[in-house]
Amino acid sequence: MFGGWIGNVLRINLSKMTYAFEPLNYEWAKLYLGGRGLGSKYFMEEVDPTVDPFSEDNKLILAPGPLTGTYGAANGRYMMITKSPLTGTIACSNSGGYFPAELKYAGIDLVIIEGKAAHPVYVTIYNNQVAIKDASKIWGKTSDEAEDYLHSTFHRDAKIASIGPAGEKQVLFAAIMNDKHRAAGRSGVGAVMGSKNLKAIAVRGTLGVKVADRVKFREAATDAFRAIKESPVTSAGLPAYGTAVLVNVINQNGLLPTRNFQADVFEDAEKISGETLASTLLVRNKACMSCMIGCARVTKLVDPRYKAQTGEGPEYETIFALGSDCGVSDLSAITKANYLCNEYGMDPISAGATVACAMEMFEKGIIPQADIGMPLKFGDADAMVKMIELTGKREGFGDKLALGSYRLASLYGHPEFSMTVKKQEFPAYDGRVAQGMALEYATSNRGACHVRGYMISPEIMGVPEKLDPYTTENKAFWTKTFQDVTAVVDSVGMCLFTTFAININHITNLFTAATGLNYTQNDMMKAGERIYNIERLFNLKAGIDPSQDTLPKRLLEEPVKEGPAKGMVAKLSELLPEYYKERGWGSDGVPTQEKLKELNIA
Amino acid sequence: MSKRIRIEPSKCIGCKTCELACSFKHHGMFAPSLSRIYNEVFLEEASFVTVTCQQCDDPWCARACPSGAIVKHPDTGVVEVIEEKCVGCRTCVSACPFGMIKYVEYKQKADKCNLCGGDYPECVAFCPTGCLTFEEEDAPLRTKILNYVNVVKEGRLEV
Repeated sequence: MFGGWIGNVLRINLSKMTYAFEPLNYEWAKLYLGGRGLGSKYFMEEVDPTVDPFSEDNKLILAPGPLTGTYGAANGRYMMITKSPLTGTIACSNSGGYFPAELKYAGIDLVIIEGKAAHPVYVTIYNNQVAIKDASKIWGKTSDEAEDYLHSTFHRDAKIASIGPAGEKQVLFAAIMNDKHRAAGRSGVGAVMGSKNLKAIAVRGTLGVKVADRVKFREAATDAFRAIKESPVTSAGLPAYGTAVLVNVINQNGLLPTRNFQADVFEDAEKISGETLASTLLVRNKACMSCMIGCARVTKLVDPRYKAQTGEGPEYETIFALGSDCGVSDLSAITKANYLCNEYGMDPISAGATVACAMEMFEKGIIPQADIGMPLKFGDADAMVKMIELTGKREGFGDKLALGSYRLASLYGHPEFSMTVKKQEFPAYDGRVAQGMALEYATSNRGACHVRGYMISPEIMGVPEKLDPYTTENKAFWTKTFQDVTAVVDSVGMCLFTTFAININHITNLFTAATGLNYTQNDMMKAGERIYNIERLFNLKAGIDPSQDTLPKRLLEEPVKEGPAKGMVAKLSELLPEYYKERGWGSDGVPTQEKLKELNIA
Repeated sequence: MSKRIRIEPSKCIGCKTCELACSFKHHGMFAPSLSRIYNEVFLEEASFVTVTCQQCDDPWCARACPSGAIVKHPDTGVVEVIEEKCVGCRTCVSACPFGMIKYVEYKQKADKCNLCGGDYPECVAFCPTGCLTFEEEDAPLRTKILNYVNVVKEGRLEV
């Protein structure tokens, strides 16, 4: 028997206001595992890659994995798959919390949302009972308010994913929030949901997830659980300081992007570090479903400038984007801006990095003050908070910020100030200083991203082994391996952070015990590679040609000015040919027919 | 002295692993709705509260049961549903003031925590933070007394 997967796909058509359950395609599930892989397979089969992301022909797929809703290794994640309005690539955005597992408990493996509602609606799911309802009462509200409304009108125990005003107004990096503070953050998946006039999805599930072999599954879960409890990263570092534990580490290694990547050492890093956060704003740690790490930060903001409030964050990437990248060292302001991002529902990385880009162009005299309505200098915390608010509302200059830094900078004739790959903003590591990370940024299937192949792990943290971040040697191999493993992790429904402690062996054991498929580690890695390749194929068909596997001029040509990595640039021209070769692609960056055959794609 | 599941709310991170471990062991699937232990998450207040049956000395569920299906074991103190005797009338569900016994539809029986019937409780085994412990009844009390004794020992109570 199969386990892990439930066997049901829920298809909702918002144009026709109809829904239907259909059986899961097990042949695809076996090849693409679930989550990111299986969702992408369905997406590719059903959606024309050249589709306008905001047209009714674009679809939105919610995809938990076969392990989502079980225990052992933070198995509480899902993927939101669509075509991104920010990048034009396939977008898959990951989130945790309780919503993804609840989908499985409602008996659903995938939700496919098609069409576009004529007016704002929300969807409720109670096991096999589905309803599409009028959302006029919550349209315009923050995602927090939408959740409260649905808890009181639909079901107290429902788990909810929703968009805020940023998604409604199609800010190009709008997020889909769930369980209030968790986010499928990147690539503008929230804007697509907004374009479909879909405010929220509320789920209540009282069924269960079964596994094929209970005894083996418990054994595999115990192994993974113990490994995670024994690793210093997952049992001490992340629980104590959250992801923000990285602020000092990355700054000391000289790759904390500062003032729109003009510097890589932030003089005030200590003021915005995880350690400072823990001793000031932190209330307690919080976990997603089935997680033993608990990296989420519940914080309380008490500052005369702002409404007293409890919320979540900031995470490391947020501290970089709203902090060092804007030259801001005011942790309360960063936290306030983070809360605003959560309430309006947008990605704090792209939001903050776009403000940073505007700051540089303002200081260089490219954007006149009249356009912004106020001075916008690096280090001005209040201006940063104001810009985030305007972006969420799409008011004033915020209407331009809502386009992301690439379109903003191009509007003023200087795209070189946009720190993006494929129009998506970099996360918090300068690729000049970690060559593997540079390669990963250039080749990631959703534009600049840290969670498609986290090369910082070997290059800086030394997990699973320490690599020299400055050299290009073997980086193609490592980047490919990390990208393929990550595709597996994202597809089975686990949290990527567990991989600081567990390896493909643990994942394979959990997957095989759950599904009853007799897969080896090699089969799993092949599946990861297969998933990576179909995403690539989608992007090529969407017109994202390999010339876009590149980095901004600043990273390629301007050497790092100071710090331990002084003088470094990203050596992409050395890395890229080797990477294409490692992937078995042609020197033009296109997967070869032989490779596709080997992966059972063609 | 018998052992009980002890709960230290300040250590809870809201991961619901206890609910998963419980339902997997007793119902063969991961289904929080069937768990015998409840991990409630209050997002706004940032608080997490876990509760389960405290194996009452004079259990109202047992008193209410018309078919004698709920017994308290004299040696372990565990209050248990004897499924063969349970007729599925749900009287116990009404009787328990804490809501810690429920009717499970697929079994058509009442269902509650039995401390895993002599095994080490599965929820405690999988609790990642030590929020749940399986201890002698007076262990937490002894800890508190020792803290107080240490205060006195250091002379911090002197005026």
